[in-house]
Amino acid sequence: MKLFKRLVPWILLAFAFFILPAMANSELFGFSQFRLNLFGRYFSLAFVALGVDLIWGYTGLLSLGQGIFFSLGGYAIAMHLLLVTKNDFTTGANGLPKFFENYGVDNLPFFWEPFWSFPVSVIAVFLVPSVIAGFVGYLIFRNRIKGVYFSIITQASLMVFYHFFNGQQKLVNGTNGLKTSTTEIFGLVAGSDEAQILFFRITLILLPFAFLLCKYLTSGRFGDSLVAIRDDEPRLRFSGFNPTPFKVIVFVVAGGLAGISGALYTVQSGIVSPQFMSISMSIEMVIWVAVGGRGTLVGPIIGAVLVNYLRSLVSEALPEAWLFVQGALFVFVVVLMPDGIYGWFTKGGFTSMLAAFGIAKKTATYPKVDVDESLREESFKA
Amino acid sequence: MQNSILDLDQVSVSFDGFYALTDLDFKLYPGELRSIIGPNGAGKTTFLDVITGKVKPTKGSVKLRGKSIIGLSEQKISRMGVGRKFQTPRVWENLTVQRNLELTASPTKTPWALLTKSLSSVVREEVFKIMEYVGLAPYAKLQAGSLSHGQKQWLAISMLVAQSPDIILLDEPVAGLTDDETSKTADLIKSLAGEHTVVVIEHDMEFIRDLGAPVTVLHQGQKLTEGSLEEVKRDPRVIEVYLGQTDEH
Repeated sequence: MKLFKRLVPWILLAFAFFILPAMANSELFGFSQFRLNLFGRYFSLAFVALGVDLIWGYTGLLSLGQGIFFSLGGYAIAMHLLLVTKNDFTTGANGLPKFFENYGVDNLPFFWEPFWSFPVSVIAVFLVPSVIAGFVGYLIFRNRIKGVYFSIITQASLMVFYHFFNGQQKLVNGTNGLKTSTTEIFGLVAGSDEAQILFFRITLILLPFAFLLCKYLTSGRFGDSLVAIRDDEPRLRFSGFNPTPFKVIVFVVAGGLAGISGALYTVQSGIVSPQFMSISMSIEMVIWVAVGGRGTLVGPIIGAVLVNYLRSLVSEALPEAWLFVQGALFVFVVVLMPDGIYGWFTKGGFTSMLAAFGIAKKTATYPKVDVDESLREESFKA
Repeated sequence: MQNSILDLDQVSVSFDGFYALTDLDFKLYPGELRSIIGPNGAGKTTFLDVITGKVKPTKGSVKLRGKSIIGLSEQKISRMGVGRKFQTPRVWENLTVQRNLELTASPTKTPWALLTKSLSSVVREEVFKIMEYVGLAPYAKLQAGSLSHGQKQWLAISMLVAQSPDIILLDEPVAGLTDDETSKTADLIKSLAGEHTVVVIEHDMEFIRDLGAPVTVLHQGQKLTEGSLEEVKRDPRVIEVYLGQTDEH
């Protein structure tokens, strides 16, 4: 049974990897290529959710700026694709990506240069966000900024990046973002069905690695020290630990995961734009983790996929209703399922949910004397 | 004359003009067991804050083995061999009892070491021995947050023992413990002295007498007197500041 439980995620993963593309191919049970592509996006969002879980669920630092790293990853891969693709849709008359024409730019901005190379771009997808996360994180954590101040600073940084990318038409096409759907990768057009199935599979291949990395970080004494930072950070200092490098490492890993997430999401949605750095997007990432179950590693993956799937379903049925549903979902989870969906299943959450309504007893009482009348009589006699 | 391990010289701490400590001199010798008493607001906790680096003294010098520790971070001072138990039992509630102990017992405290090296069997056994001794072994796999108050106190003290610092500072180690647990704590602390230097802050006079250690009385941020408990209790100034609080004897 225990072995079975451990196998379930892998079985689901194998199912998604082999069966879903086949189903999409033959339109089985109404499952279409369009749906498959959506699921690919949901799974790519699971990476950023894992990062949020590391920094928030385990270490207790609520980052509202993961959108920065998410977008940077997306921009890195999009810039590469725009550079190397030479076709009528993406390349302008001067041989540069087409949008440069609109602003009369004839020379490639210097920071685009490294993105000619595929390996460099792939590395940049997680390295650039990691380095920025490390730099920002070091400054924040060294000065012992935590709690709500950390959240505010990360959100403010997000705003800075958003406005920078939004305003720089000549560098990164400003608010329009970079369109990748007409670019070519591995000899395929990125927007084509074949390429999308490939992206879907790459996402599913990478996801277990991200999961195992997080597992490695959270299972040993390193993971314990993260929980210790969340529970009582000063106590950890008085035990001789310097919490700063721990927090920086976690923030760096979370940033790298967000970058990978952004790259995979970009190629599957066909565009990266400053909208990825909107405040709401970063808050949604937190909601996915809260809904799935923070402080667990399966939870964020479940949360990212389920919440976004729900979002698609609700938006298709009632286009205006999603924000209300999302708000209600968040309140519902915070009040009635503090451990999220995953924690709800693993920790016998149904009884505690009833307890919130005053229906069921919260836990078994100990010692038994309190509830068992006959025991009380015995003790009186003695 | 033996060299002191800890030496506070003319230490004052001021919080916006309010003096929590005023020109305090305090010396501690290796292996010593010392009790500190004093009414509420006497500056006992501030005194520990100064030693552990949480509060920077406004003036005066604090020397550990002859080296000034003023301005060093808490973790640096801790690594130099100063361990502290807080007034309330502060344990990591979401870690199990065993993991609480193993984390504090870790000989190297860098992220890299924690990631790559597993704990040596010697340290593991040590942790297990401590748990056996304080009776927490049956709860080893239980989250510390689900322990009772007394058990948390024990765990907090055990974490110090596992950390094994040269100087152990205990802030109210028996608050909220039963008489039985209190006398057991006294035994534990006496067994620690000698190998470690131990400072105990307590209100429980019974417990202080059990320890049988020299007593320092703090009052309004200053050292009022020093001596054995009997001597101190005869001191009229001590009776005065404790007036109304000494009726337990």
